[in-house]
Amino acid sequence: MKVHEYQAKEIFKKYGILTPREKMCRTVDEVLGASKEIGLPCVIKAQVMVGGRGKAGGIKIAKNENEVKEHTSSILNMEIKGIPVKKVLVSEAIDIGTEAYLGIIIDRAEKKTVVMACKEGGVEIEEIARQRPEAIFKVYADSLLGLMPHRGREVGLFLYADPKLAFECAAVTSKLYKIFTDLDSSLVEINPLVVDKSGRLIALDAKLNFDDNGLFRHPDVEAMRDRESEDENELLAKEQDLSYVRLAGNIGCVVNGAGLAMATMDLVKHFGGEPANFLDIGGSSSPEKVMNALRILLKDENVKVIFFNIFGGITRCDDVANGILEAKKTLNIKHPIVARLTGTNEDKAMEILKEAGLIFAKTMDEGAQKAIELLK
Amino acid sequence: MSIFVGKDTRLLVQGITGRDGSFHTMQMVAYGTKVVAGVTPGRGGQKVEGVPVFNSAAEAVSKTGANTSVIFVPAKFAADAVYEAADSGIKLIVCISEGIPAIDMVKVVAYIKDKACRLIGPNSPGVVSPGEAKVGILPGHIFKRGSVGVVSRSGTLTYEIVDQITKTGLGQSTCLGIGGDPIIGTKFIDCLELFAHDKDTEAVVIVGEIGGRDEQDTAVYVKKHFKKPVFGFIAGKTAPADKRMGHAGAIISGTAGTAVEKTKAFEENGIKVGETPTDVAKLLKKHLR
Repeated sequence: MKVHEYQAKEIFKKYGILTPREKMCRTVDEVLGASKEIGLPCVIKAQVMVGGRGKAGGIKIAKNENEVKEHTSSILNMEIKGIPVKKVLVSEAIDIGTEAYLGIIIDRAEKKTVVMACKEGGVEIEEIARQRPEAIFKVYADSLLGLMPHRGREVGLFLYADPKLAFECAAVTSKLYKIFTDLDSSLVEINPLVVDKSGRLIALDAKLNFDDNGLFRHPDVEAMRDRESEDENELLAKEQDLSYVRLAGNIGCVVNGAGLAMATMDLVKHFGGEPANFLDIGGSSSPEKVMNALRILLKDENVKVIFFNIFGGITRCDDVANGILEAKKTLNIKHPIVARLTGTNEDKAMEILKEAGLIFAKTMDEGAQKAIELLK
Repeated sequence: MSIFVGKDTRLLVQGITGRDGSFHTMQMVAYGTKVVAGVTPGRGGQKVEGVPVFNSAAEAVSKTGANTSVIFVPAKFAADAVYEAADSGIKLIVCISEGIPAIDMVKVVAYIKDKACRLIGPNSPGVVSPGEAKVGILPGHIFKRGSVGVVSRSGTLTYEIVDQITKTGLGQSTCLGIGGDPIIGTKFIDCLELFAHDKDTEAVVIVGEIGGRDEQDTAVYVKKHFKKPVFGFIAGKTAPADKRMGHAGAIISGTAGTAVEKTKAFEENGIKVGETPTDVAKLLKKHLR
């Protein structure tokens, strides 16, 4: 789960990390009011959870009231990477001296939490990691003892020659690590971390992602979820213990298991079709889960054909078959359905579905090809 | 021979009285696995499928000589179940539970590092050495004793590929899912080290997916150290960036961890990659007589 910059900064403030004076606003009037409190010039920043806001024109400096109005209305009418901007953050304009990068993630290869620092701020850290890995300084936290203070100092001393700044940065690093572990974060990032002309160390931007698996112990974090900026169907799926991601194609896929669901999308593409979605109905699937899955799938108007690819193990094919039958009746499904159901109780499933008007396939290759054929 | 589990496996089921625990105990017993004990705190003295239930793993181990455990407890309690198994002297811990927070797993991995045990998973479907033992939730009927080692980050996709391998007439030495989470106890390379010394394994199939760089690291290892033929498949070519595809570990972050990158790493290091699951079985058939 992701949160907006302004939400991440609220958490930063709670942990004592210095951020610019700023306020989240939804309308031009609100921004005008906020700019008076904060003072001019001010910075107006689009609040969307995708990178590249600056390049897209989503961050602008306003020097007077007219510019505040102009920039705000232009940003609020903008889409960034297809996402409409609904909120902006009005921020005091900081007189930037130097910029750096500071972030924490779990290093999957090392199986440890790692702090990463880079003397260049405002960069795409993955790009740097790829092209110039030597520009990134890394220290690892001890998995059982945590991030020792001297590790924080190492980071500070790497970024800043001035010892005062270095130790201040060490403190920021410790706070950032505390946020990461306290809240089951999967990424916390200050990019850029700036030193302003008067020597203050400020988190100019903030990014905070959370491990979905840790959310159960952080209802306060879950409450920050911006439902408006997430795909409604993806959220609905999650609530029903399904895993759904919408894609641009027209062949709706219903699969059990994440790996097989990905392989099914890939196979549709391999044979020249376009998958409409990733949809994993999970392990022990009941007829009801299949119904819920189809409800979500059918909200996508691009879907023209439905392809069931079920490899029964814990999932019983007869459960899936009953779900399909029930859904056909109650949801009035007109779409052609290609069904490949194999494994546990597949014979029973065939018996249940024999009058249902489905197109059957014995293998996933055959299923994908039949689904594509139906579109012609 | 086989790796991880076999005729010597004496299995403890943690969370044996739960819905999944009891169902799969039945399945594992039916497969012929020696299930010697179960644990559910507070349920000591009961029996599930004829298997005695104990209040703690330590008691179960001392009374039954269990050497392997499989974990079916809910994610909230699963990290502690691993600690308990490790502290009771279990040698191989297979964690089926899905949804354990990554930060907990970082601690688990560090804690068991110096203990004489290995963790497979979490979010693993388990391990099967056909004809010897099945530990976990993999459907027993698709496997056949043979010479192909299979290691995967997935569950049902593994079944799909194994089924196709079996249908070509080839069998498996050991097949396991290492788990779909970002932080897991046993990685591809750990499995390859064991497959390298297993006389019954002639070739290995690696089923990877998007996210992380385990496949890339594995590819380099294969080229340098692994002498047996290796075949691969990567799921998620059509997955969009920054979206979790079911598994907590299956996410392309920015531009890193894509299927293209992984496929390239495999191919550049001598691993033959199947375009589709069917192709993997065909490749195997072609190269193994």
